[in-house]
Amino acid sequence: MPAVSTPRDPGPARARHEAGRGPARRNVRGSLVGFAVLAAAAILLAPLVGSTAIHLGRVFDRSIPWAENLDAQIFFIARLPRVLAAALVGCALALAGVVFQALLRNPLASPDTLGVSAGASLGAMVAITFNASFTAFGLSPVTIASFIGSLGALTIVYGLAIARRRGASTLVLLLGGVAIQALLSAVIAFVQYLADFAQTYRNVRWLMGSLDVVSYAPIVAALLPLGLAFIGVAMLPRVLDLLSVGSDSAAARGVDVVRMERIALASASLATGAAVSLAGPVSFIGIIVPHLVRLMVGANHRLVLPASALFGATFLIACDLVARTIISPLELPVGIVTALVGGPVFLWLLFRRT
Amino acid sequence: MTATVVRSLRSTLRFALILLALLPVPLRAQTRTGAPQRIVSLIPATTEMLFAMGAGSRLVGIGNYDHFPPEVEKIVRVGGLLDPNTELLLSLRPDLVLVYDSQVELKQQLERAGIPFFNYVHRGLPDVTETMRALGDRVGARPGAEAAAAHIEQRLGAIRARVAGRPAPRTLLVFGREPGSLRQINASAGVGFLHDVLLLAGGADVLGDLGKQSAMLSTEMVLARAPEVIIELHYGASLPRESIERERNVWNALASVPAVRSKKVFLLSGDEFVVPGPRIVLAAEQLANVLHPR
Repeated sequence: MPAVSTPRDPGPARARHEAGRGPARRNVRGSLVGFAVLAAAAILLAPLVGSTAIHLGRVFDRSIPWAENLDAQIFFIARLPRVLAAALVGCALALAGVVFQALLRNPLASPDTLGVSAGASLGAMVAITFNASFTAFGLSPVTIASFIGSLGALTIVYGLAIARRRGASTLVLLLGGVAIQALLSAVIAFVQYLADFAQTYRNVRWLMGSLDVVSYAPIVAALLPLGLAFIGVAMLPRVLDLLSVGSDSAAARGVDVVRMERIALASASLATGAAVSLAGPVSFIGIIVPHLVRLMVGANHRLVLPASALFGATFLIACDLVARTIISPLELPVGIVTALVGGPVFLWLLFRRT
Repeated sequence: MTATVVRSLRSTLRFALILLALLPVPLRAQTRTGAPQRIVSLIPATTEMLFAMGAGSRLVGIGNYDHFPPEVEKIVRVGGLLDPNTELLLSLRPDLVLVYDSQVELKQQLERAGIPFFNYVHRGLPDVTETMRALGDRVGARPGAEAAAAHIEQRLGAIRARVAGRPAPRTLLVFGREPGSLRQINASAGVGFLHDVLLLAGGADVLGDLGKQSAMLSTEMVLARAPEVIIELHYGASLPRESIERERNVWNALASVPAVRSKKVFLLSGDEFVVPGPRIVLAAEQLANVLHPR
């Protein structure tokens, strides 16, 4: 068992645990079902809408040869992969945001905070600037390099976690992450400086985020790291509740703080790395979705984690829908829409609540 | 008293002489008459134009992206559009600097230093020869510039005549994308010298209605626009044969696109596609040969 808590333990965690039974548990289930229905509706409906009118009958008409079925190609090549990518990326970034905010006990923490996102970006910039041409498993060099970059940053983050075992505080972890991010950002700027005009343009566009993944290969490839990350996160709800109060308090309640923090860091970082290598650094999801969800359902991580995953997916699918239709036939980079849509909604919820 | 005044006058005069000696050399250059002899060109197109009109030997500084003709490799590089090295540039004592129109700060610095500059603005294909003639006037090489411009116009005219009357295939002219995938496709969209070259070479821009120099395309848009020909431009050195084949095959994912079905996806390499200078003729010839093989 990663986290041990004696049944007779009093205190807030125990109280929440008790509150999780009976009507409250039904409320939790009801809320989660609501979020799941919303996410399912988004996944099913979003591929039907786009800049081109398609007929659903023709999409699934097998009597039309694939090479001649434009509707089917738009549906299965242009829209469905990007909706699935949006769902995965939204889900991963939102979960990573929840974990980082709880772990670092900082409401401003996000998937970018510890530098994993910057590491992934650096990998992509290097691949673009130096014209990398290696491919594997149907993945482009940029996607591969981006994921390698995120793993490099993840290693550094993990090193910070080990330093923490020697007594470094959460603040040190946070500041260390900020320093790593700044360092990687400087290297990104240097690599961009080396790029020519065409490469610089591509670098900038990559940094704006794009979910037009075109094929299913990058999605399938992302499933492995994301699956590992999701398994790690599934171990965390109760631990995050306790860690949110303080690591001493969590340790007093039997949590193996060092081990669980490492699992949390590794899971959130892996989710961030996979998401960024799939879609670029889509801004705002990782910071806004956890807060939006907390405003809607409270702070219990048993609800916040799955609800954030589902709502993150829904939110990014919706933002991508706006991005690919609002200036049709052209598209906006999805990162612009996430910030433009998310910011005002967040402010409205915040002030409505207060 | 008199001695003190004389000493004071002497030291003032000495100070004035030192100041005069330290005055930026370009300020003196401003007062020069005649054709500029020490030219700095920050723009690959104007560098090539100067060589084409026979004034290349007057270049004392070039931009970081200038790589043609081979003689430029011996000339000092002074930065580019975004990062001109003003100190190095001034140290070359230029009497004319060719700058991009958008280099506002550099132009202000040159004005303060009293160094004349030639403002480079580029829009479409006709601007190539127009700029060449204007530059020829500015550097006192009008006959050479006129001859080079006329030669370009004659060769472009020959291409236009060769493809005249032939049906113009709806063409997607791709400037760049993510290697190994169809992500981040950036293509010609109705404005600019490459759009003009495409039309001259007998193609129709499949995104011509967008009225933009370039546009980032989604896969859906490529499918919906259904181009009959796809031409991808690669800059710099030619791609190896296997890379060309691999990158061309990437397009096979969009099986319904007519260009893919009829195997009319082409990859062309060369700096002439990004430099709107004298070599634009080569770019036009390559496009025409692909669109309308001889």
